[in-house]
Amino acid sequence: MIRRFTLILALAFPAAPVLADDDYMPPVTHPATAEECSACHMAYPAGFLPARSWQAIMGNLENHFGEDARLDEATRAEIEAYLVSNAAPRVRGVAETATPLRISELPWFKREHEREVSARMMERAKSMSNCVACHKGAERGYFEDD
Amino acid sequence: MTRFLALPLILAAAAVPALAQDTSPAQLRSGYEAESGAAADPAAGKAFFLAEHSGGKPETPSCVTCHTSDPRAAGQARTGKTIEPLAPAANPERLTDSAKVEKWFGRNCNSVLGRDCTAAEKANIVAWLASF
Repeated sequence: MIRRFTLILALAFPAAPVLADDDYMPPVTHPATAEECSACHMAYPAGFLPARSWQAIMGNLENHFGEDARLDEATRAEIEAYLVSNAAPRVRGVAETATPLRISELPWFKREHEREVSARMMERAKSMSNCVACHKGAERGYFEDD
Repeated sequence: MTRFLALPLILAAAAVPALAQDTSPAQLRSGYEAESGAAADPAAGKAFFLAEHSGGKPETPSCVTCHTSDPRAAGQARTGKTIEPLAPAANPERLTDSAKVEKWFGRNCNSVLGRDCTAAEKANIVAWLASF
């Protein structure tokens, strides 16, 4: 019984936290992903979303959160492959059957930001898409509080 | 000797920005004019750029939603990210990369209008942006 419990814990924990205690998430290193995704917003680290989310996002670039963000097929497929292979194995609080599309709507993200982000900070950042407005090191993967 | 010469060349080439720079505002304008069969009208380009359109995505009813009404000024994407000015007078990199111009006309005309822009519309906008 104890052994089985330990096994469950071992399976559950390595994948569980999205951000470790140091608030570091490896930044995008793939050139096409960095270039194309950063045209309108920071190139979000692949590890923030599971593979199925990246597939859904990259499969519907014509309707990308209210804008058309189409790419030529070769670039699109290359970026999707990078994001999928560096995706989160699991995201805290998100069921395996759910396919979140916005990092800003993940349970841990909402919890972290709801209590800390003031109206004035939101006004300066304009949207939750704008990580670097508050997290100065975001493009290098550091999301610590400032 | 050859080896010593080659290394600085490789380093110099790598330092050049990855800009195609295969065209110019004037070339783009004449290309779109040839495609449409009509002379560009900068005033029509301005009116088109400033107008509120329907048929596109509700979040982006106009070019000025993100670019502001002054092409010499920086705009702001809905995400909060700065968009560099569109007018070549304020941003010399603009309208110098044909693939980039076509990519963004393709995306943004669809976002704002729900369709591609015509060659005449593109000629008019390019002519207006280049008039500053």
